[in-house]
Amino acid sequence: MAQEQQERKIKVVIAKPGLDGHDRGAKLLARILAEAGMEVVYTGLRQTPEMIVETALQEDADVIGISSLSGVHMYFFPRVLELLKEKGMDDVMVIGGGIIPQDDAEELEKMGVAGIFGPGTPTYEIVDFIEKNVRRR
Amino acid sequence: MFDKSKLDSIAQQKAEWEEKVLNPALKKFPERKKVFTTISGTSVERVYTPLDVADFDYEKNLGFPGAYPFTRGVQPTMYRGRFWTMRQYAGFGSAKETNARFRYLLEQGQTGLSVAFDLPTQSGYDSDHPLAVGEVGKVGVAIDSIEDMKVLFDKIPLDKVTTSMTINAPATVLLAMYLAIAEEQGVPFDKVGGTVQNDILKEYTVRGQYIFPPQPSMRLTVDLIEYCFKHVPRWNTISISGYHIREAGATAAQEMAFTIADGIAYVQACIDRGLDVDTFAPRLSFFFNAFTNVLEEVAKFRAGRRCWARIMKERFGAKNPRSMMMRYHVQTGGVTLTAQQPLNNIVRVALQAFAAALGGCQSLHTNSYDEALCLPTEQAVTVALRTQQIIAEESGATDTIDPLAGSYYVEAMTNKIEEEIEEYIRKIDEMGGTLAAIEEGFIQKEIQESAYRFQKEIESGERAYVGVNKYVMDEPPPTNLLKVDMEVGRREAEKVRRLRAERDQKRVDEVLARLREVSQSDENVMPAVIEAVKAKATIGEICDVWREVFGEYKPESFV
Repeated sequence: MAQEQQERKIKVVIAKPGLDGHDRGAKLLARILAEAGMEVVYTGLRQTPEMIVETALQEDADVIGISSLSGVHMYFFPRVLELLKEKGMDDVMVIGGGIIPQDDAEELEKMGVAGIFGPGTPTYEIVDFIEKNVRRR
Repeated sequence: MFDKSKLDSIAQQKAEWEEKVLNPALKKFPERKKVFTTISGTSVERVYTPLDVADFDYEKNLGFPGAYPFTRGVQPTMYRGRFWTMRQYAGFGSAKETNARFRYLLEQGQTGLSVAFDLPTQSGYDSDHPLAVGEVGKVGVAIDSIEDMKVLFDKIPLDKVTTSMTINAPATVLLAMYLAIAEEQGVPFDKVGGTVQNDILKEYTVRGQYIFPPQPSMRLTVDLIEYCFKHVPRWNTISISGYHIREAGATAAQEMAFTIADGIAYVQACIDRGLDVDTFAPRLSFFFNAFTNVLEEVAKFRAGRRCWARIMKERFGAKNPRSMMMRYHVQTGGVTLTAQQPLNNIVRVALQAFAAALGGCQSLHTNSYDEALCLPTEQAVTVALRTQQIIAEESGATDTIDPLAGSYYVEAMTNKIEEEIEEYIRKIDEMGGTLAAIEEGFIQKEIQESAYRFQKEIESGERAYVGVNKYVMDEPPPTNLLKVDMEVGRREAEKVRRLRAERDQKRVDEVLARLREVSQSDENVMPAVIEAVKAKATIGEICDVWREVFGEYKPESFV
């Protein structure tokens, strides 16, 4: 009985798309989300959108968090959203962080990114956001 | 330096001061915190006295600038002779756009060039490679072939200007291109001056721009070092980097310690190749960060110089004093800049640059205030350059050498950082050296722990960060940010396809075959790389040969 009542942990995939190797933020967030009780998979570097979505599918992820610091966000985020839609996975929450100008962040949010958390965002804000907005199954 | 009876008398006076002056004051008005620490977590005492540097030996620990152990600086006259080189890292979009920025910066008084390459170039991919999509020209200039290099240095005389190139895994390729175009300008190899970063070890731990596995990568590194001391004597063959280690979250001591550990590995690799230390060591150089705690940074630089000098002399038996000099470039800390209230960053950069000047760097890049948001606009990079010029001309810091020497605090902190460095080197030696420590994930985990601790301090409010967790304001979104269009990628891809169609393909096939042959032997690759770039082989094609011969690095992730 106790096992059935146990709430399923929120599953998060943290991804680094493209060629950039700066992963301090991605790794920090992965650790902090795990401390907050989520199950986290960090993809490592050099992920293509296809690889990211495949990992999310394999891991049955509720959230994909994308770290983008090298100006590639307007290519990678829409591509991930597109692939999720193709695979019928568009209830997976997509969030992001890194160096993303506010006007681009607004455009990405219009496209379906749930939230962009830029430099200086306290990690507890991200934890709260996920817990409040993630799909419940 | 202080005799025992004097120290006893000071200790006595200190005890009386604590009882009669300090404690009553503390009772009325406690201090702001229970414990004061630097951003690196090192505790800072209320007041430093000779008691904190009781064993201080001026001749042994400091000496004089330009002489062993170089604590006070690597040149005898330092900035009284000549200011550090003002060398702003720049690059974006196409070679033409970057060339314009280079010429602007030189016109505004910078004294050396520093090239930022885009990620496809740094990772050895041409602009039309599938993995280059979205990335071309975004964080630096896109260079596919020698033709792009020519445009990049158009109207820039390579006998008058030195250039630093931030390129690592394919450093041999970019150096080959640079040498070839210098030659075309009429500048022979032995007159060309500059630096390549060529530091692959830190790519594995903190930067991620690796291509090949460690062993063949070290081979390429040593090939470049060896080729240069024979044929390009004015070239700094490596810029052993701590900057990125610090950006990843390391403390000041860790930044210095892990850089020195990398340096030890490179020196050893060259010695294992059969090179005499005094032939190549004078052209090794370093690259460090400068954070906002001025005093800690100065102590870090001084500790680093002294440590490296001792290591080169005692561990590697160097005889030439030039082999013992830690010559370095500094960049102010990118990770310290805030997206909130960006103008505040001008102040941060000024403090950091001041630390670099007081610390005795040979070359300096100052970040632009908008860099937490985008690449620098022309206006922002001008302010950054002026920051250096104001410090050099107006602050007085350049009129005397190592002015903070003798400060009880700075000397105590220098000693403390040196001790921490030595402890890390000991640990890493016990593990079997830097490569082993990297494979085990030791270096990565230490850095991540420090990053985590810092994040917790900021989020709890324990450490104030102006504009971020204290003195926060509502702000309108920033405007006029520099953005690189996706169109750049399309143009560059088209250009490289055209290059491949128009060049002498037979010649390219020949040079690539030769390169493959050389890479499979233990001949130095540089001559073959130079031939290849002259034949207009692209960076992607050259690196593809190596991907076949050496394999690709597949990292294990340490979270």
